[in-house]
Amino acid sequence: MDLVRLWAIARKEWIQLRRDRRSMILAFVLPIFLLLFFGYAISWDIDDIPLAVLDQDRSRASRELVDALTAGGLFHVAEYLDRYDAADEPIRAGSVRAVVVIPPGFQRDLASGGPAPVQLLLDGADANTATIALSYADAIIAQHSQQVLLQGRRIPDLIQADTRVWYNPTLESRNMIVPSLIAVIMSIIAAMLTALTIAREWERGTMEQLAATPVHRLEVVLGKLLPYVLIGILDVTGATIAGILVFGVPFRGSVLLLGGMTLLFLVGALGVGLFISAALRSQVLAMQVAMVATYLPALLLSGFLFDIASMPAVLRAVTTIVPARYFVTVTRGIFLKGVGVEALWAQGLSMVAFATIGLGLAALAFRKRIAR
Amino acid sequence: MIEAVELTRRFGDFTAVDRVSFTVQAGEVFGFLGPNGAGKTTTIRMLIGLLAPTAGSARVAGLDVVADRAELRTRIGYMSQKFSLYGDLTVAENIELYGGLYGVHGDRFEQRRDWVLALAGLKGDERQPAAELPLGYKQRLALGCAVLHEPPILFLDEPTSGVDPLARRAFWDLIDTLARAGTTVLVSTHYMEEAEYCHRLALMNRGRLIALDTPARLRAAYDRPIFSLETGHAPRVVEALAGAPGIEDAAMFGRAVHIVAGDVTAAASSVRAALSGHGEELRGLERVEASLEDVFVGLVRREGGAVEG
Repeated sequence: MDLVRLWAIARKEWIQLRRDRRSMILAFVLPIFLLLFFGYAISWDIDDIPLAVLDQDRSRASRELVDALTAGGLFHVAEYLDRYDAADEPIRAGSVRAVVVIPPGFQRDLASGGPAPVQLLLDGADANTATIALSYADAIIAQHSQQVLLQGRRIPDLIQADTRVWYNPTLESRNMIVPSLIAVIMSIIAAMLTALTIAREWERGTMEQLAATPVHRLEVVLGKLLPYVLIGILDVTGATIAGILVFGVPFRGSVLLLGGMTLLFLVGALGVGLFISAALRSQVLAMQVAMVATYLPALLLSGFLFDIASMPAVLRAVTTIVPARYFVTVTRGIFLKGVGVEALWAQGLSMVAFATIGLGLAALAFRKRIAR
Repeated sequence: MIEAVELTRRFGDFTAVDRVSFTVQAGEVFGFLGPNGAGKTTTIRMLIGLLAPTAGSARVAGLDVVADRAELRTRIGYMSQKFSLYGDLTVAENIELYGGLYGVHGDRFEQRRDWVLALAGLKGDERQPAAELPLGYKQRLALGCAVLHEPPILFLDEPTSGVDPLARRAFWDLIDTLARAGTTVLVSTHYMEEAEYCHRLALMNRGRLIALDTPARLRAAYDRPIFSLETGHAPRVVEALAGAPGIEDAAMFGRAVHIVAGDVTAAASSVRAALSGHGEELRGLERVEASLEDVFVGLVRREGGAVEG
């Protein structure tokens, strides 16, 4: 290993990178764009559910029930209906997610203390929203009926659950999304950036020229890695600042730990890109493979969109070779929980293993190509 | 300086280089001449340790091309047919890169950089991107980068392909200068006229070395008389002469027809017959000295193989 030669490669790569507009966009514009795009677009918080009301009773009691439903901001009345046989139309059209039907005699039934049925029609096409809307409506109606029954008197609950949500007390999904998003975006960007670099040299014939000089393949691989690691660090720094300032995500952990973990992750992710590039020798092909090999796994199998613990065993096994999975855990842990090495060492080790394998494969693929 | 013994390389069933043996002396300009696909590039790639031989061995500068290839790369310069500079780097940045790769630094680097700039005629154009240089300049810059570390041996694989004749001439002057300064040069080409600049020539066809000598002796060894024929109907005359009595070969050579005669008397009457078919008289049949191309074509025919394009 000769540091002068390694530095010569790194310097050359940096100059090329700086002059290549496509790489610069990929390196600096795309990550910020993805962060803003996903950060604003993805939200799992369900509120303000559009509701249609068919009030056949038209009484004070029925109006109070509708007020109770909409008071918390979870539902809003989008439409009033006047015929029962038209009740399914707004659901079909998608303009509302639920219809509440208050039958005639609701106030009378309520006054006589008997059960006063109301009907709730839900749009089951979106099962997730329907389930949440149902549980909201159930809770609101139960609370409302208790109030009607007690007529303002209070009785103490027998059992009182005192719930506290840690780390993300307001249960805002954005707080969870943004840190994971940084990990997902970086795994995509890293592989795409390096996918081009060795393939380009094969296509232009410069790799053969390099191979005839005393430079060792490990010096080429590491030299090429260096500028991209720098870009990756800049990206993560930018995304972290944007996460805190733009999205208001809390940052409770150590900046140094995040930096160290980012470095480990980047070396692995960039190494995979280099490997793909060295193995395929074609820029177009390498770019496509890098996209498929990193984008989907990072999105689907990293725990970003779907909880890994609730995946089938086979998929769970697959996630262990998705590097983004470890980095997602790391960024969430550091941002939200403020945890340190004691909680993240396993992820750190996994990423070290991953980096070693990625770089090793890249160097190996590189040697095989020269010998041909 | 270079010693190849029974050097062989196979790719699957295809034998690209077949038991090639030769030695190159220090300070020699040694040429590989042959059509595309003759095995010139494959031989060079084995000699610089980029490709392992299937059989046979070679030593370059006293080093084994397989076992000592890491050490070997510090002692050789190599320029491929693409003269692979980094187009998005400037002239100076390209030179600096090779300075780093070959471990040339400090005062020596400054001195070598100026030497390369002078050699390439690029003084004052250091900040020009290499991609924007005319081909001839690119080629000389690539050569300069390849010899930045003053290697005793220089390998040039078709260094002049695609370059105009004037630039090609200038390039050969550079090779000559390097050789006079003591550099051993191994160069491949498929331009016959370039082969004349070489001290010794190895003719290659279909992976085999079919002749090895100085250009003058290769021509002298050619024993068949060659005649040049002036005619206004060259293509049809060539056609008519194919297989005629006394004619070994007839081919277009510029606007004239070159005829290789077996039996001179029989050949003369065949020529008269062919010309009279077009209402022409035999005006002149001039005996000419064999060119390297004639030598090459003749040798290939004797081997029983066709010349590959």
